[in-house]
Amino acid sequence: MDYIDPHIHMVSRTTDDYATLARMGCVAMSEPAFWAGFDRRSVDGFRDYFHQLTDVEPKRAAQFGIQHFTWLCINAKEAENVSLSRDVIAMIPEFIECPNVLGIGEIGLNKNTKNEATVFLEHLELAIKYDQQILIHTPHLEDKYQGTRMILDMLCDDSRIDRSRVLVDHVEEHTIGEVLDRGFWAGMTLYPVTKCTPDRAADMIERYSGERLLANSAGDWGPSKPTAVPDLIFEMRRRGHDESLARKVVYDNPIEFFSQSRNFSFVPRDSGSESDS
Amino acid sequence: MRAASQILTESFLDVRAKLLEVAATLDRIDRSADQDESLSSAAQGQREQVDAAIQILLSQGPDRAERLQKLFSRDYDSSWRQDMKL
Repeated sequence: MDYIDPHIHMVSRTTDDYATLARMGCVAMSEPAFWAGFDRRSVDGFRDYFHQLTDVEPKRAAQFGIQHFTWLCINAKEAENVSLSRDVIAMIPEFIECPNVLGIGEIGLNKNTKNEATVFLEHLELAIKYDQQILIHTPHLEDKYQGTRMILDMLCDDSRIDRSRVLVDHVEEHTIGEVLDRGFWAGMTLYPVTKCTPDRAADMIERYSGERLLANSAGDWGPSKPTAVPDLIFEMRRRGHDESLARKVVYDNPIEFFSQSRNFSFVPRDSGSESDS
Repeated sequence: MRAASQILTESFLDVRAKLLEVAATLDRIDRSADQDESLSSAAQGQREQVDAAIQILLSQGPDRAERLQKLFSRDYDSSWRQDMKL
Protein backbone atom coordinates (compact mmCIF):
# COMPACT_ATOMS: atom_id res chain seq x y z
CA MET A 1 0.00 0.00 0.00
CA ASP A 2 1.30 3.47 -0.86
CA TYR A 3 1.58 5.60 2.25
CA ILE A 4 2.77 9.01 3.44
CA ASP A 5 4.81 9.47 6.61
CA PRO A 6 3.67 12.88 7.86
CA HIS A 7 6.36 13.22 10.53
CA ILE A 8 9.86 11.86 10.07
CA HIS A 9 13.30 13.40 10.60
CA MET A 10 15.30 12.23 7.63
CA VAL A 11 18.30 14.48 8.38
CA SER A 12 19.01 11.90 11.09
CA ARG A 13 18.57 8.87 8.87
CA THR A 14 20.81 7.14 6.34
CA THR A 15 20.31 6.90 2.60
CA ASP A 16 19.65 3.19 3.15
CA ASP A 17 16.58 4.21 5.15
CA TYR A 18 15.26 6.15 2.17
CA ALA A 19 15.66 3.01 0.07
CA THR A 20 13.91 0.86 2.66
CA LEU A 21 11.04 3.32 3.03
CA ALA A 22 10.55 3.40 -0.73
CA ARG A 23 10.43 -0.40 -0.85
CA MET A 24 7.85 -0.39 1.96
CA GLY A 25 5.51 1.89 -0.03
CA CYS A 26 6.42 5.36 1.24
CA VAL A 27 5.67 7.83 -1.56
CA ALA A 28 5.89 11.10 0.37
CA MET A 29 6.95 12.42 3.74
CA SER A 30 6.93 15.61 5.73
CA GLU A 31 9.83 16.55 7.96
CA PRO A 32 9.23 19.07 10.75
CA ALA A 33 12.16 21.07 12.11
CA PHE A 34 13.24 19.58 15.45
CA TRP A 35 15.93 19.34 18.11
CA ALA A 36 19.15 17.95 16.64
CA GLY A 37 20.28 16.31 19.88
CA PHE A 38 22.23 19.41 20.91
CA ASP A 39 21.42 23.09 21.33
CA ARG A 40 22.51 25.17 18.36
CA ARG A 41 24.46 28.29 19.25
CA SER A 42 23.39 30.79 16.61
CA VAL A 43 20.74 31.69 14.08
CA ASP A 44 23.17 30.64 11.35
CA GLY A 45 23.04 27.10 12.71
CA PHE A 46 19.32 27.13 11.99
CA ARG A 47 19.84 28.80 8.62
CA ASP A 48 22.04 25.87 7.57
CA TYR A 49 19.50 23.40 8.97
CA PHE A 50 16.66 25.02 7.00
CA HIS A 51 18.80 24.83 3.87
CA GLN A 52 19.18 21.11 4.56
CA LEU A 53 15.41 20.74 4.97
CA THR A 54 14.44 22.75 1.89
CA ASP A 55 17.16 21.79 -0.56
CA VAL A 56 19.27 18.79 0.48
CA GLU A 57 16.64 16.36 1.79
CA PRO A 58 14.20 16.78 -1.13
CA LYS A 59 17.02 15.73 -3.46
CA ARG A 60 17.98 12.73 -1.32
CA ALA A 61 14.34 11.64 -1.18
CA ALA A 62 13.79 12.12 -4.90
CA GLN A 63 16.50 9.55 -5.67
CA PHE A 64 14.08 6.96 -4.34
CA GLY A 65 10.87 8.37 -5.79
CA ILE A 66 9.81 9.89 -2.45
CA GLN A 67 8.40 13.43 -2.37
CA HIS A 68 9.77 15.42 0.55
CA PHE A 69 7.97 18.28 2.33
CA THR A 70 8.99 20.20 5.42
CA TRP A 71 7.99 22.55 8.27
CA LEU A 72 10.12 25.30 9.82
CA CYS A 73 10.51 26.55 13.39
CA ILE A 74 12.75 26.53 16.44
CA ASN A 75 11.69 23.51 18.47
CA ALA A 76 10.29 23.63 22.00
CA LYS A 77 13.48 22.40 23.65
CA GLU A 78 15.64 25.18 22.22
CA ALA A 79 12.78 27.65 22.73
CA GLU A 80 13.94 27.96 26.32
CA ASN A 81 16.41 30.44 24.82
CA VAL A 82 13.91 33.18 23.97
CA SER A 83 16.46 35.57 22.46
CA LEU A 84 17.77 32.97 19.99
CA SER A 85 14.20 31.87 19.28
CA ARG A 86 13.21 35.39 18.27
CA ASP A 87 16.21 35.60 15.93
CA VAL A 88 15.23 32.29 14.32
CA ILE A 89 11.57 33.29 13.97
CA ALA A 90 12.67 36.52 12.30
CA MET A 91 14.82 34.51 9.85
CA ILE A 92 12.20 31.87 8.90
CA PRO A 93 10.57 34.08 6.22
CA GLU A 94 13.77 33.69 4.17
CA PHE A 95 12.69 30.08 3.58
CA ILE A 96 8.92 30.19 3.78
CA GLU A 97 8.41 30.38 0.02
CA CYS A 98 10.62 27.36 -0.69
CA PRO A 99 8.58 24.90 -2.76
CA ASN A 100 8.50 22.08 -0.19
CA VAL A 101 7.55 24.16 2.89
CA LEU A 102 4.11 23.25 4.22
CA GLY A 103 4.04 25.48 7.28
CA ILE A 104 5.35 26.17 10.78
CA GLY A 105 6.37 23.21 12.91
CA GLU A 106 6.96 21.27 14.96
CA ILE A 107 6.27 23.96 17.51
CA GLY A 108 4.94 23.15 20.97
CA LEU A 109 6.02 22.57 24.53
CA ASN A 110 8.67 20.36 26.13
CA LYS A 111 8.67 20.99 29.89
CA ASN A 112 5.68 23.33 29.82
CA THR A 113 7.62 26.44 30.84
CA LYS A 114 6.79 30.11 30.43
CA ASN A 115 9.61 30.59 27.90
CA GLU A 116 8.36 27.69 25.79
CA ALA A 117 4.83 29.07 25.86
CA THR A 118 6.09 32.55 24.94
CA VAL A 119 7.93 31.24 21.89
CA PHE A 120 4.96 29.04 20.96
CA LEU A 121 2.69 32.10 20.90
CA GLU A 122 5.22 34.01 18.77
CA HIS A 123 5.32 31.12 16.28
CA LEU A 124 1.52 31.32 16.08
CA GLU A 125 1.84 34.99 15.15
CA LEU A 126 4.30 34.04 12.40
CA ALA A 127 1.98 31.36 11.04
CA ILE A 128 -0.97 33.75 11.02
CA LYS A 129 1.03 36.54 9.36
CA TYR A 130 2.15 34.24 6.53
CA ASP A 131 -1.07 32.18 6.36
CA GLN A 132 0.78 28.96 7.18
CA GLN A 133 -0.46 25.61 8.42
CA ILE A 134 0.80 24.52 11.85
CA LEU A 135 2.28 21.21 13.06
CA ILE A 136 2.51 20.82 16.83
CA HIS A 137 4.75 18.73 19.08
CA THR A 138 3.23 17.71 22.40
CA PRO A 139 5.48 16.84 25.37
CA HIS A 140 6.55 13.38 26.44
CA LEU A 141 5.49 11.07 29.24
CA GLU A 142 4.26 12.75 32.45
CA ASP A 143 4.30 16.22 30.83
CA LYS A 144 2.12 15.29 27.85
CA TYR A 145 -1.33 15.73 29.38
CA GLN A 146 -0.62 19.10 31.00
CA GLY A 147 1.31 20.36 27.96
CA THR A 148 -1.32 19.27 25.46
CA ARG A 149 -4.03 21.05 27.46
CA MET A 150 -1.87 24.21 27.60
CA ILE A 151 -1.30 24.07 23.85
CA LEU A 152 -5.02 23.63 23.18
CA ASP A 153 -5.74 26.57 25.49
CA MET A 154 -3.40 28.82 23.51
CA LEU A 155 -4.79 27.69 20.16
CA CYS A 156 -8.42 27.96 21.19
CA ASP A 157 -7.95 31.37 22.81
CA ASP A 158 -6.94 32.80 19.43
CA SER A 159 -9.93 33.18 17.11
CA ARG A 160 -7.61 33.74 14.13
CA ILE A 161 -6.47 30.10 14.23
CA ASP A 162 -8.22 27.83 11.74
CA ARG A 163 -8.34 24.54 13.64
CA SER A 164 -8.72 22.48 10.47
CA ARG A 165 -5.23 23.67 9.44
CA VAL A 166 -3.52 22.55 12.66
CA LEU A 167 -2.08 19.07 13.31
CA VAL A 168 -1.48 18.20 16.97
CA ASP A 169 1.06 15.40 17.02
CA HIS A 170 2.10 12.62 19.41
CA VAL A 171 -1.44 12.12 20.76
CA GLU A 172 -2.09 9.15 23.03
CA GLU A 173 -5.13 7.70 24.75
CA HIS A 174 -5.47 10.55 27.25
CA THR A 175 -5.07 13.41 24.76
CA ILE A 176 -6.57 12.25 21.45
CA GLY A 177 -10.20 12.85 22.42
CA GLU A 178 -9.83 16.50 23.34
CA VAL A 179 -7.68 17.27 20.28
CA LEU A 180 -10.30 15.81 17.92
CA ASP A 181 -13.28 17.18 19.87
CA ARG A 182 -11.90 20.70 19.55
CA GLY A 183 -11.65 20.36 15.76
CA PHE A 184 -7.93 19.80 15.25
CA TRP A 185 -6.20 17.03 13.32
CA ALA A 186 -4.38 14.47 15.49
CA GLY A 187 -1.18 12.55 14.80
CA MET A 188 -0.21 9.26 16.44
CA THR A 189 3.53 8.63 16.72
CA LEU A 190 4.63 5.01 16.55
CA TYR A 191 7.64 4.86 18.85
CA PRO A 192 9.14 1.71 20.34
CA VAL A 193 8.83 2.78 24.00
CA THR A 194 7.80 6.33 24.84
CA LYS A 195 4.80 7.06 22.65
CA CYS A 196 2.43 4.67 20.89
CA THR A 197 2.69 1.15 19.51
CA PRO A 198 1.02 0.03 16.27
CA ASP A 199 -1.42 -2.04 18.36
CA ARG A 200 -2.50 0.95 20.46
CA ALA A 201 -2.70 3.14 17.36
CA ALA A 202 -5.03 0.58 15.78
CA ASP A 203 -7.11 0.69 18.98
CA MET A 204 -7.43 4.47 18.67
CA ILE A 205 -8.40 4.19 15.00
CA GLU A 206 -11.13 1.71 15.97
CA ARG A 207 -12.33 4.01 18.76
CA TYR A 208 -12.22 7.29 16.80
CA SER A 209 -12.95 5.95 13.29
CA GLY A 210 -9.91 7.47 11.59
CA GLU A 211 -11.43 10.89 10.94
CA ARG A 212 -8.79 13.67 11.08
CA LEU A 213 -6.29 11.06 12.29
CA LEU A 214 -2.75 10.52 10.97
CA ALA A 215 0.02 8.07 11.88
CA ASN A 216 3.75 8.69 11.71
CA SER A 217 7.07 7.13 12.65
CA ALA A 218 8.80 10.34 13.82
CA GLY A 219 11.95 8.42 12.92
CA ASP A 220 14.95 10.40 14.17
CA TRP A 221 18.37 9.98 15.80
CA GLY A 222 16.99 8.26 18.93
CA PRO A 223 15.30 4.90 19.44
CA SER A 224 12.73 4.94 16.64
CA LYS A 225 11.65 2.87 13.67
CA PRO A 226 11.28 4.68 10.34
CA THR A 227 9.19 1.83 8.93
CA ALA A 228 6.65 1.95 11.77
CA VAL A 229 3.77 3.11 9.56
CA PRO A 230 3.80 -0.15 7.53
CA ASP A 231 3.69 -1.95 10.90
CA LEU A 232 0.39 -0.18 11.59
CA ILE A 233 -0.94 -1.13 8.15
CA PHE A 234 -0.01 -4.74 8.89
CA GLU A 235 -1.75 -4.63 12.28
CA MET A 236 -4.92 -3.22 10.69
CA ARG A 237 -4.88 -6.05 8.13
CA ARG A 238 -4.26 -8.61 10.86
CA ARG A 239 -7.38 -7.40 12.63
CA GLY A 240 -9.42 -7.81 9.48
CA HIS A 241 -10.14 -4.14 8.78
CA ASP A 242 -10.95 -2.96 5.28
CA GLU A 243 -7.95 -1.73 3.34
CA SER A 244 -9.81 1.55 2.90
CA LEU A 245 -9.64 2.35 6.64
CA ALA A 246 -5.86 1.91 6.82
CA ARG A 247 -5.45 3.80 3.56
CA LYS A 248 -7.54 6.66 4.95
CA VAL A 249 -5.18 7.11 7.90
CA VAL A 250 -1.85 6.59 6.16
CA TYR A 251 -2.56 8.13 2.75
CA ASP A 252 -5.89 9.92 2.22
CA ASN A 253 -5.82 11.90 5.47
CA PRO A 254 -2.28 13.25 5.01
CA ILE A 255 -3.21 14.35 1.49
CA GLU A 256 -6.40 16.02 2.73
CA PHE A 257 -4.59 17.84 5.55
CA PHE A 258 -1.49 18.85 3.58
CA SER A 259 -3.55 19.99 0.59
CA GLN A 260 -4.51 23.03 2.63
CA SER A 261 -0.95 24.23 2.08
CA ARG A 262 -0.33 25.94 -1.27
CA ASN A 263 3.05 24.18 -1.51
CA PHE A 264 1.70 20.63 -1.32
CA SER A 265 2.38 19.73 -4.94
CA PHE A 266 2.05 15.99 -4.37
CA VAL A 267 1.93 13.75 -7.44
CA PRO A 268 0.30 10.37 -6.72
CA ARG A 269 2.08 7.36 -8.14
CA ASP A 270 0.89 6.48 -11.64
CA SER A 271 -1.24 9.61 -11.92
CA GLY A 272 1.20 11.67 -13.92
CA SER A 273 -0.46 14.85 -12.70
CA GLU A 274 -0.51 16.88 -9.52
CA SER A 275 -3.10 16.05 -6.87
CA ASP A 276 -5.95 18.48 -6.48
CA SER A 277 -7.61 16.56 -3.68
CA MET B 1 -14.24 -6.19 14.11
CA ARG B 2 -12.84 -9.35 15.69
CA ALA B 3 -14.79 -11.21 18.36
CA ALA B 4 -13.75 -10.74 21.98
CA SER B 5 -12.81 -14.41 22.31
CA GLN B 6 -10.59 -14.21 19.26
CA ILE B 7 -8.82 -11.09 20.55
CA LEU B 8 -8.21 -12.73 23.93
CA THR B 9 -6.95 -15.96 22.41
CA GLU B 10 -4.64 -14.17 19.99
CA SER B 11 -3.32 -11.85 22.73
CA PHE B 12 -3.14 -14.35 25.58
CA LEU B 13 0.52 -15.36 25.34
CA ASP B 14 1.59 -11.75 24.84
CA VAL B 15 -0.41 -10.55 27.86
CA ARG B 16 0.83 -13.49 29.93
CA ALA B 17 4.43 -12.60 29.09
CA LYS B 18 3.92 -8.92 29.99
CA LEU B 19 2.25 -9.80 33.29
CA LEU B 20 5.11 -12.13 34.16
CA GLU B 21 7.58 -9.33 33.49
CA VAL B 22 5.67 -7.07 35.88
CA ALA B 23 5.47 -9.81 38.52
CA ALA B 24 9.16 -10.63 38.23
CA THR B 25 10.10 -6.94 38.45
CA LEU B 26 8.04 -6.50 41.64
CA ASP B 27 9.67 -9.63 43.10
CA ARG B 28 13.10 -8.24 42.23
CA ILE B 29 12.30 -4.96 43.97
CA ASP B 30 11.01 -6.75 47.07
CA ARG B 31 14.04 -9.06 47.28
CA SER B 32 16.37 -6.12 47.11
CA ALA B 33 14.34 -4.13 49.63
CA ASP B 34 14.47 -7.09 52.08
CA GLN B 35 18.26 -7.15 51.94
CA ASP B 36 18.82 -3.43 51.81
CA GLU B 37 16.68 -0.67 53.27
CA SER B 38 13.24 0.67 52.44
CA LEU B 39 12.56 2.55 49.22
CA SER B 40 13.50 6.20 48.91
CA SER B 41 10.58 8.62 49.00
CA ALA B 42 10.79 9.14 45.23
CA ALA B 43 10.91 5.39 44.60
CA GLN B 44 8.09 4.84 47.08
CA GLY B 45 5.98 7.27 45.06
CA GLN B 46 6.74 5.30 41.91
CA ARG B 47 5.86 2.06 43.66
CA GLU B 48 2.52 3.52 44.74
CA GLN B 49 1.86 4.57 41.16
CA VAL B 50 2.53 1.02 40.01
CA ASP B 51 0.14 -0.35 42.65
CA ALA B 52 -2.52 2.18 41.57
CA ALA B 53 -1.97 1.17 37.94
CA ILE B 54 -2.55 -2.49 38.82
CA GLN B 55 -5.82 -1.52 40.49
CA ILE B 56 -6.86 0.23 37.28
CA LEU B 57 -6.10 -2.94 35.31
CA LEU B 58 -8.38 -4.89 37.65
CA SER B 59 -11.24 -2.41 37.24
CA GLN B 60 -13.97 -2.51 34.60
CA GLY B 61 -14.59 -0.10 31.73
CA PRO B 62 -13.42 0.59 28.18
CA ASP B 63 -10.88 3.30 29.12
CA ARG B 64 -8.23 1.58 31.23
CA ALA B 65 -5.42 2.79 28.94
CA GLU B 66 -6.64 6.38 29.17
CA ARG B 67 -6.92 6.18 32.97
CA LEU B 68 -3.41 4.69 33.22
CA GLN B 69 -2.07 7.54 31.10
CA LYS B 70 -3.68 10.09 33.40
CA LEU B 71 -2.34 8.30 36.47
CA PHE B 72 1.18 8.74 35.10
CA SER B 73 0.60 12.40 34.12
CA ARG B 74 1.14 15.72 35.85
CA ASP B 75 -2.05 17.55 36.72
CA TYR B 76 -3.43 20.26 34.46
CA ASP B 77 -4.13 23.62 36.07
CA SER B 78 -6.52 25.78 34.04
CA SER B 79 -5.10 28.96 35.59
CA TRP B 80 -1.65 28.39 34.13
CA ARG B 81 -1.81 31.48 31.87
CA GLN B 82 -2.52 33.77 34.81
CA ASP B 83 0.18 32.07 36.87
CA MET B 84 2.75 32.53 34.10
CA LYS B 85 1.42 36.02 33.31
CA LEU B 86 0.96 35.12 29.64
